[in-house]
Amino acid sequence: MSTVVANVIVPRRSHGLLGAFERAAVNLLVVAGAALIGVPLALTIYLSLFDEKLILFPPRGYTLSWYPAIIPNFGGPLLVSAELAIVAVAGSLLLGVPAGIALSRYRARVTGAIAALLLAPITFPGIALSLAIYVFLILIEQHSGVQFVGFLGLVLAYVLITTPWVVRLCLASLANHDRAAEEAATSLGAAPLTVIWRVTLPAMRPGIIAAALFAFIISFDNLEMGLFLAAPGVTTLPVAILQYLEYHIDPLVAAVAVAQMVIVGASLLVLDRLVRFAKIVQ
Amino acid sequence: MSTALVLDRVGKRFGTQQAVADMSLSITPGEMVVLLGPSGCGKTTSLRMIAGFLQPTSGDIRLDGRSILPLAAHQREMGIVFQSYALFPHLSVARNVAFGLEMRRMDRPAIDARVAEMLQMVKLETFASRLPRHLSGGQQQRVALARALAIHPRLLLLDEPLSNLDAALRLEMAREIRLLQRERGITTVMVTHDQTEAMALADRLVVMRDGHVQQIGRPEDLYERPANPFVAGFIGGSNILTGQHESGRLVLAGGGIVVLTRNAGIGLATLAIRPESIRLAPAGTAGCIEGEVELCTYLGTAIEHVVRLDPEAAVVVRGPGLGADAARRYDPGTRVALSWTQADERLFNAEGRPLPMMEPNEIKQGEKEWTS
Repeated sequence: MSTVVANVIVPRRSHGLLGAFERAAVNLLVVAGAALIGVPLALTIYLSLFDEKLILFPPRGYTLSWYPAIIPNFGGPLLVSAELAIVAVAGSLLLGVPAGIALSRYRARVTGAIAALLLAPITFPGIALSLAIYVFLILIEQHSGVQFVGFLGLVLAYVLITTPWVVRLCLASLANHDRAAEEAATSLGAAPLTVIWRVTLPAMRPGIIAAALFAFIISFDNLEMGLFLAAPGVTTLPVAILQYLEYHIDPLVAAVAVAQMVIVGASLLVLDRLVRFAKIVQ
Repeated sequence: MSTALVLDRVGKRFGTQQAVADMSLSITPGEMVVLLGPSGCGKTTSLRMIAGFLQPTSGDIRLDGRSILPLAAHQREMGIVFQSYALFPHLSVARNVAFGLEMRRMDRPAIDARVAEMLQMVKLETFASRLPRHLSGGQQQRVALARALAIHPRLLLLDEPLSNLDAALRLEMAREIRLLQRERGITTVMVTHDQTEAMALADRLVVMRDGHVQQIGRPEDLYERPANPFVAGFIGGSNILTGQHESGRLVLAGGGIVVLTRNAGIGLATLAIRPESIRLAPAGTAGCIEGEVELCTYLGTAIEHVVRLDPEAAVVVRGPGLGADAARRYDPGTRVALSWTQADERLFNAEGRPLPMMEPNEIKQGEKEWTS
């Protein structure tokens, strides 16, 4: 946000008192924005180092011992969340990338309704959606005998809430795509699926990578779906943290949060590299 | 190896709109034909039907006597050069040129040899490993041309290939395309809205308007014997004056009276006269009509006057700007007399058909060509 403000105000280059005032205002906004984002992160890391059973301020001392305690306490849910997120990413890409291609190609026609439908899950309150999916899956379980609540149900739910983002990002990545390149490939002898594989998907590459990242983070961080759809042995990390918090308020939760941040941050960094690499390769 | 292309009463309808109507055209092997017309005239639609991106709603398209309508676009073996170049941005120049060959599953050494040959042809050997966006517009267009020709296409289709290039490069590129096309004897269809470009490249021109073919012929045919006022206006930018034709005079709607160089019938008629064909003289000199200079523009090689004939009609007059016969310049507000020779005067009747102008037998010959 601060950069937007800076872009709007700075280019006018007014001088004197007003100019100084504007610069001060911009700097203030930049600092405020950075603080808004940075302070909670810094505090969480700080708390995770407290040598206390409860979160008390000021702490008696500092320790790293909470970190080794993550695996015994949250190792299972962490793994479950990671597995779920990876499967959900695959699912939402399989659904969202073709949908994005189709919507961008036939946008002029009757795609308005389909586009709205594909984006609708974003607008729906997560907790209500979770409950609705739960009731629906129970109904299906009663009639089919197949167990949905648990891993499968969570994957479906995550695919549902991440697909809108995938579609959006794919559409954005195709906004500047020249359809003539696809026609050129066709004229050179490429069959329709070859055209998509050799021309369309490479053009979408940065968008697809961003979409995968988004879908992963949304799935990995999601609490609401896990509240209803988790089953014994299939507890997601956010649900596990919530359950833990019911009985203990200690720095372990902060340590888990930091671990989660590191995982997501690391995947962000890796993918950012990949995207930039993709841009260079283009 | 060259291919003959025939469009047989081809039509394309989008909903209620007839984009192309009953288009018939026969292109001989090795010929370069340019479809010319303003935007929305159906020229691009025609090209896309030949390429296979659009299916005609009526008629047939044949290559060497065989219909290509059952073939999908990727089976037609057409080399297409697009206005936007349409290079694959993620592939190097060499990989772009190799694309069609890879689709044909040629083996690697053969592909490499062919790519090298094509890049040499367009003088881009040293750019083989570059990405398209590191190339200038002209270089990108040459890659597109090499890519299209690499597959030994049955037809070369050019969709406004020069309009994204700047003026100086455009002429150079046009010459290059023409030389390559001649050298390889490849049957070519090009689409453009630019009549200079069209004249420079075409063996024959097809002038189109609102989905209908207006005239087909060699550039000089169209220039010297336009079939109707539209062609006269489009090729060479003729001044078009419409009025009542009676006893050798044309009475314009705005009241101006043009004294024609001959007398040919009566009724509604259109006069087309090229800017270069009109000579200006001080008012009072014998001429076809008088008018008032509105604007005088010096263009270096030419001097252009806009002369108002009556409240509703004005004409553009262009004279040489240099040398001994440089045109005299008249200031705005000056009254001048306009004149031209009978050979330069083109008259069309109410239906837009040319009225006889010279020997009757010459007209018949021309008419056959216009309706063919």
